[in-house]
Amino acid sequence: MKRYSPNRELFLCRMRMFYREPDAVFWTYGFPVLLTIGLGVAFRTKPPDKVQVAIQDATALGDIQRTLQGDQAFQTFVGTRPQCESWLRKGEADIAVLYADGVEYRSDPTRPEAAIARLKVDEAIQRAAGRTDAVATKDVQVTAPGARYVDFLIPGLLGMNLMGGGLWGIGFVTVDMRIRKLLKRLVATPMHKRDFFLSLIGSRMVFTVPEVLLLLVTGRLLFNVAIEGNALNIAVVAGIGALSFAGLGLFLSSRARKIETISGLMNAVMLPMWIFSGIFFSSKRFPDLLQPFIQALPLTQLNNALRAVITDGASLMSQWMPLSILAAYGLVAFVLALRWFRWT
Amino acid sequence: MEAASPAIICGELRKRYVTRGQPPVDALVGLDLTVASGECFGLLGPNGAGKTTTIEILEGLLEPTSGDVQVLNMRWGDDDESLRQRIGISLQETRLADKLTVEETLRLFRSFYRNGCEPREILDAVSLFEKRHSRIDTLSGGQKQRLAVACALLGCPELLFLDEPTTGLDPQSRREIWDIIRRHRERGRTTLLTTHYMDEAERLCDRVAVVDLGKIIAVGSPSELIHRIGGEHVIQFGLKDHTPNALPDAKFFCDLPSVRNCNAELDGFQLTVGAPHECIPALVGRLSAHRLELTRLTTRHVSLEDVFVSLTGRRLTTEELADKAP
Repeated sequence: MKRYSPNRELFLCRMRMFYREPDAVFWTYGFPVLLTIGLGVAFRTKPPDKVQVAIQDATALGDIQRTLQGDQAFQTFVGTRPQCESWLRKGEADIAVLYADGVEYRSDPTRPEAAIARLKVDEAIQRAAGRTDAVATKDVQVTAPGARYVDFLIPGLLGMNLMGGGLWGIGFVTVDMRIRKLLKRLVATPMHKRDFFLSLIGSRMVFTVPEVLLLLVTGRLLFNVAIEGNALNIAVVAGIGALSFAGLGLFLSSRARKIETISGLMNAVMLPMWIFSGIFFSSKRFPDLLQPFIQALPLTQLNNALRAVITDGASLMSQWMPLSILAAYGLVAFVLALRWFRWT
Repeated sequence: MEAASPAIICGELRKRYVTRGQPPVDALVGLDLTVASGECFGLLGPNGAGKTTTIEILEGLLEPTSGDVQVLNMRWGDDDESLRQRIGISLQETRLADKLTVEETLRLFRSFYRNGCEPREILDAVSLFEKRHSRIDTLSGGQKQRLAVACALLGCPELLFLDEPTTGLDPQSRREIWDIIRRHRERGRTTLLTTHYMDEAERLCDRVAVVDLGKIIAVGSPSELIHRIGGEHVIQFGLKDHTPNALPDAKFFCDLPSVRNCNAELDGFQLTVGAPHECIPALVGRLSAHRLELTRLTTRHVSLEDVFVSLTGRRLTTEELADKAP
């Protein structure tokens, strides 16, 4: 081994510059995990909400009161007629069961939960009074693995981090070195430009490994996220995604001479993808008119491929389309970046 | 014995900066320069004179608009790789990566050269051995500048380019940089540096080119340049101003013994003289004969600063230097 290998030294220096910068480490590794935990907890799967029922304290409603209080599906409040009306008005009760000339259900039809509450309350009361089903039916309830929100979220966050890491990790660092005139100083040595770019991209790929592992392990351990695909397929998709965004990062930073410029460019590129590319909710929710644009975004393709591989356990071959689009983005961006790159 | 070929030859160097929406700026307007192998050569001039443009063209970092450049008998565009292997460069202002240590930075720069010096030797040469494990963001300004020069020395260069190596440094740090440059010269290697400190050029350089408004207006050793303006001493004095004796014109003193040059300054007069011991008694005699009262009188040796003033009629003003102070 050569005593001084430019590739090794450039790579080592880039690694040190990263891990000795606590801010960079936090935003690359800490923040995505915190975000995952926060969103995972906020949208965790809960048992169905109880129906909130206000019942008037009328003697005639005694049986109904006992029936509903004995049923796990209901949370009951007993009070005077005005009290019941007030609970309903404030939204504390979904429905009020009152008694005037007969049993009266009072609810607000503009509230979505009111209709369900009315059906459930009526069903329980009628059944207790002896009503039987005219048609015998059977309920089969299934919660499919991988169908929860957190299962949808984790691959999206992974894609978002690969985008952010590639763009910031390459773009910001490059512009910072240009501002410091470190690029100019390097190009004043016999350094081969190819070695420089290789070390930049290579170190970024190394930083990606813990990034992907941390997110998937957090998802698996804390939220039991379904990971159907095998490790190699996930690694290939994440790797191509990381390379593609690293190329885009290099492209965006190829001319910029100010941090403001590169920050603006990054945000302009990332903002549409944060919104449209299906990180937090499916990109299919946008109108058909927008779909060609949405599908052309690299993060949409990366998220699609990550979800297919991670959640559905799809094969790499089946993902040739998104992977080719990603690779094309990366390649074109990289070639243009090399052509336009400004060292001074 | 045939003299070694010059380290640098450039002729009719021109550089025009064109910015859209603004009139073009001619930074260099036909600059000729020859730097002999083994000498320490200084480009001296005020800010904006074209020093940095010149040195960056010679370093191959900037394309001249026109003109011919030969460095170590090679040309930029044809022999870049071997030129880069043989020259060392310190830019006017480089902020190296803060989080790397001194030694890591040196190892990085060393790795680019096929045959370079050992980082340990260079650390000794620039007196940073104790600091080798310190991160760059903990170094003082002088230490950072020494590290920048160290990076330029790692390839064991035949030709060293230093752009304002001591600007903004305290006197002690400046002397340390001078020692490094002197040792480089003692090994028979060439240095081209830019500076706007006259004393630096005077102490350090074998030859100096005075650059002003994009061209060279004088070249020679510091003592040659000083001789060229005639005298070796400067007498400066001020007079009390009270009516009815109006202050005389500078020409009033030109015929005093051994006076080569006489100038009125803002607050007095400046005479360049060959023999102060003849001039001063005559000056005092003339002043008392005309009932003019001295407020101050100083004498000193002629400096490169005086050369610059006599060549351009302008002073390297203190404001210009203050801009660069830390």
